[in-house]
Amino acid sequence: MRKAVTALFPTLIAAPVMAGEVTLSIQIPRLDVSEYHRPYVAAWIEGADGAAVSNLAVWYDLRKREGEGGAKWLKDMRQWWRRIGRETEMPLDGVSGATRPVGTHALRFATDAGPLSALKPGTYEVVVEAAREVGGREVVRLPLTWPPTAPSHAAAQGKDELGAVALDLKP
Amino acid sequence: MRRLTLAVLASLALAGPAAAHRVWMLPSSTVLSGTDAWVTLDAAVSNELFVFEHVPLRLDGLTVTGPDGAPVTPENTATGKFRSTFDLHLTKPGSYRAAVTNEGLMASYKVGGQPKRWRGKADSMVREIPADAQDVTLTESIQRTETFVTVGKPNTAAFAPSGKGLELRFDTHPNNLAAGEAARFTLLLDGAPAPGIDVEVVRGGSRYRDKSEEVKLKSGPDGTVTVPFAQAGLYWFGAETQDDKAKTTGARRRAVYNATFEVLPQ
Repeated sequence: MRKAVTALFPTLIAAPVMAGEVTLSIQIPRLDVSEYHRPYVAAWIEGADGAAVSNLAVWYDLRKREGEGGAKWLKDMRQWWRRIGRETEMPLDGVSGATRPVGTHALRFATDAGPLSALKPGTYEVVVEAAREVGGREVVRLPLTWPPTAPSHAAAQGKDELGAVALDLKP
Repeated sequence: MRRLTLAVLASLALAGPAAAHRVWMLPSSTVLSGTDAWVTLDAAVSNELFVFEHVPLRLDGLTVTGPDGAPVTPENTATGKFRSTFDLHLTKPGSYRAAVTNEGLMASYKVGGQPKRWRGKADSMVREIPADAQDVTLTESIQRTETFVTVGKPNTAAFAPSGKGLELRFDTHPNNLAAGEAARFTLLLDGAPAPGIDVEVVRGGSRYRDKSEEVKLKSGPDGTVTVPFAQAGLYWFGAETQDDKAKTTGARRRAVYNATFEVLPQ
């Protein structure tokens, strides 16, 4: 048994080296407000024509007991909702999850798996939108050229509801 | 006076051509997420948009259509001094239409040189308008007042036209409106594209500005009208036309369509 497990390791380790990696890091800023709720956050890929191509992440309140639960406020991320959210069945396996606390959260995607695997070569934007109950809303955009040919780094700074947002590509 | 052989018409509670009064419904939300949502709607007739200051819009002619084209029962209906109100429980994903339709008959005439007005059912007109009335003008009105809400992904099954009076066909979905984007609608009269119809579009909140800022438009040769929704907000859309297709002998027909649209920020 032990032998079998050990034998698997080389492939597990080798896989990430073969495939490239995309890291999207999203900072949720600490806000000095009297009533704080963690923001709903969505990240998605948009084509040059403004059409959404793929969801990367949707963080929303999964636990709300009242009424139908936290899905009621998904539409407050209104660009995401209009571009792709209203077409998306929630929860979305491997993409949606609970809201996150203040801090920087890194999302890693393999270039040959998940939402990026079907991405055609071209120019895109990675869009991050945050909306907070009794708070504001903000959208940050980062350029993405696909597929990556060299390591690259793009960053933008949110003003209100988002902090630093960065996109790192490793071919 | 023209003798009246009439087989017509329901009662109504609307301002007729009582000038600038606008008829509208006001939804609490138009774009919703989740799987089980509620909206509440108000219905009123007023000058200012969207202010309750004149009379309620009666709900006798209210029909709500769901995303599968089937009727939806409004809940908690009530009519107060200035407005009617009702709730909609939205249990299916897709787009809903609430519509209040009113058909009615109006007469203006003179007795002894004094101008008079009458409004009511056709079959009581003979009894209620004096036999010595002069200069009788009959107007049959068909009026439709609508608004729209969508849960989840929009669809259009609820928007099938009735083929009666003035209506809209939505080339742009009425719950997919965003600031700075123009929307395209097609005016239909008795179900067919209607060119040359006068349209007025007014953004809500007129109480808080000096000018009402109404936009006057006219439908093109194919019945389409392109509405420039420059900023986010609630908008009132009004279209009106007159013709001689009344069911009542000797009457003019006045067809009116009103809708409330919500335009969201980008």
